[in-house]
Amino acid sequence: MHSPQHLWADAAMIAAIVIFATIGDVMIAAAMRAIGDLDDIKAARGLSGAILAVLGSLRFVSGVFFMALSFFSLLFALSHADLSLVAPASASLTFVTNAVAAKIFLHENVDRRRWIAAVFVCAGVILMAH
Amino acid sequence: MTFRRYLVLGVVAVTAPLGDTLLSAGMQTIGPVSLHHLSLLIYAVRTPQILMGIALLIAFFASYLASLSWADLTYVLPATSIGNVIVALLARFWRHEQISPARWMGILLITAAVGFVARGPSYTVTNNEASASELAAAGSAPDARRPS
Repeated sequence: MHSPQHLWADAAMIAAIVIFATIGDVMIAAAMRAIGDLDDIKAARGLSGAILAVLGSLRFVSGVFFMALSFFSLLFALSHADLSLVAPASASLTFVTNAVAAKIFLHENVDRRRWIAAVFVCAGVILMAH
Repeated sequence: MTFRRYLVLGVVAVTAPLGDTLLSAGMQTIGPVSLHHLSLLIYAVRTPQILMGIALLIAFFASYLASLSWADLTYVLPATSIGNVIVALLARFWRHEQISPARWMGILLITAAVGFVARGPSYTVTNNEASASELAAAGSAPDARRPS
């Protein structure tokens, strides 16, 4: 049986992974939306032009930085808590927080269909970890 | 959504689990890497399985970015989750591992979720983009985006 301190520590580590991953995903999605259709950019400026357009975006670079923070938080959490808890909990929670963040910050039309999908994926990931 | 774009989403779904599996298989041939022997990691990059794994993960990231440039995050993410299903099916039919009823239920839920989202619109047109599109139609904004 885990002590309350352990439970809080596990929850804090999972929260760090989820928050960093959500910020990273939303920033990368916002960057790609601002840059525009990569197929069009590639057609106009070639592959190197498309790569430069992506790498030149501060939002994209910041997003990658937060994804890296999430990855290192995951590594840190794995050295303290069980993989069977941390991996499915963080992966499934990230689906729900991403749906909320996409609605608030990216103004995506997260309709009932997408909410149900986020909850189904969340439940599915938990079930598959068993 | 064109057939080509569905193909890009397919690449997103398939390359991530295959890349992870190849990295895992490659690292198992190397064995545990201690902090005192980090040079082993450079050797690890030269093994064919790890090289292929890295190539697949680069392909994943490139196609993930491309898909986010013409589809919503909440449309693309369920597609990435189908990777979990692919890994489980590979484990069942290729590696002949047993899959518990709970895992089959998980596979069913994720597949249903992807089906739900795929039947809906892929891209939310914001007010700014809608007005830019109208200007483009009038011939004054040639670079406006036309979501499909």
